[in-house]
Amino acid sequence: MTKIPAIVKQHESELLAEWIARQSAIAGPHGRTRPEPELRAECRTFLNLFQQAAQTGNVSDIGTSDWKPVRDFLQEASTQRARQGYSPVETAMFIFSLKHPLFQCLRQEFQGDGDGLADEIWTGTLLLDQLGLYTTEVYQKSREEVIARQQQEMIELSTPVIQLWHGILALPLIGTLDSNRTQVIMETLLQRIVDTGSAIAIIDITGVPTVDTMVAQHLMKTVAAARLMGADCMISGIRPQIAQTMVHLGVALGDVTTKASLADAFANALQKKRLAVSEARA
Amino acid sequence: MDTIPILKLGDFLLVTIQVDMHDRLAMRLQDDLTERIVQVKARGVLIDISALEMVDSFIGRMLANIALMARVLDAETVVVGMRPAVAITLVELGLSLKGVRTALNVDQGMDLLRQLGIRG
Repeated sequence: MTKIPAIVKQHESELLAEWIARQSAIAGPHGRTRPEPELRAECRTFLNLFQQAAQTGNVSDIGTSDWKPVRDFLQEASTQRARQGYSPVETAMFIFSLKHPLFQCLRQEFQGDGDGLADEIWTGTLLLDQLGLYTTEVYQKSREEVIARQQQEMIELSTPVIQLWHGILALPLIGTLDSNRTQVIMETLLQRIVDTGSAIAIIDITGVPTVDTMVAQHLMKTVAAARLMGADCMISGIRPQIAQTMVHLGVALGDVTTKASLADAFANALQKKRLAVSEARA
Repeated sequence: MDTIPILKLGDFLLVTIQVDMHDRLAMRLQDDLTERIVQVKARGVLIDISALEMVDSFIGRMLANIALMARVLDAETVVVGMRPAVAITLVELGLSLKGVRTALNVDQGMDLLRQLGIRG
């Protein structure tokens, strides 16, 4: 039976002071340290939870329900640090910096009992290592969540369908087109065509860096699908360089109407709708 | 066996497909429609497929065939209201329904027929 919970309870204030002092020395992101009161509250809560969990006698496996409060607390603390921009090392040091003060206390308690001390240190090391690694794991997970969310947002942001005029839609594309993105673009555009009842759509590829056979094929598919639904689709914003590459690569856009600039395409769309823009009389 | 009603509107025939198309029904529609075109001397056919959630290659080909047959009988065909998902499926299947005119909804389909010089 380990004495760690008893020792933690007995030396709580010492442990706390020493632990906080060690952590204050670790600089957070941009050289800032955590505010002292916040850190103190965090450390005290952790020590309490740790002591309670260790009291149950289970000090080998933190995956059990005895350690759930501790795990929940670490999850919260770790996620918070990940959001504030702490590195994984800085996050894990929250736990690892407890080792030194804890072993100091153990040494005091077990003066003269070398075997007992070694046993307790081994138990403590294993336990704190597990907890430290757990914080890293949670840190990683919360980072991954952030990345996944940003990816989703990027996909949403990357397909703005604009209504230029009643019945005329424009879709300015920016960035590289891959199959995934084109699928989203195609669905968004077609849905907007239905929603707005627009008979003309302009896909502007000024911001697309390269047009290869794949991209051309995707564009053709979108145009064909729009035509099936009864909408006319034009492609605009083909830069001279891209036009040259397309011809060299043998990329054909078939019988799709293409225009050099969005303005040209818009003028063409107005013409199709029998509309004209004229200068206002002074 | 159920049939798809064909409504006469002036010189137009209006077909609204409300049920899921199966092959027998499609063949039946093809028969009925050509019959009616001749019978009422229709100049335009409007097929509304906005209720269709799925169009397979057979139905796709049937639509194209109807348009071609109507053309032979001197009537223009406009397919209206195709859903985005259906359009994407047809494109993926490689069916572009060449020769079939399309419009977003019945309103625009009517306009298109009138533009073609057909009096409604």
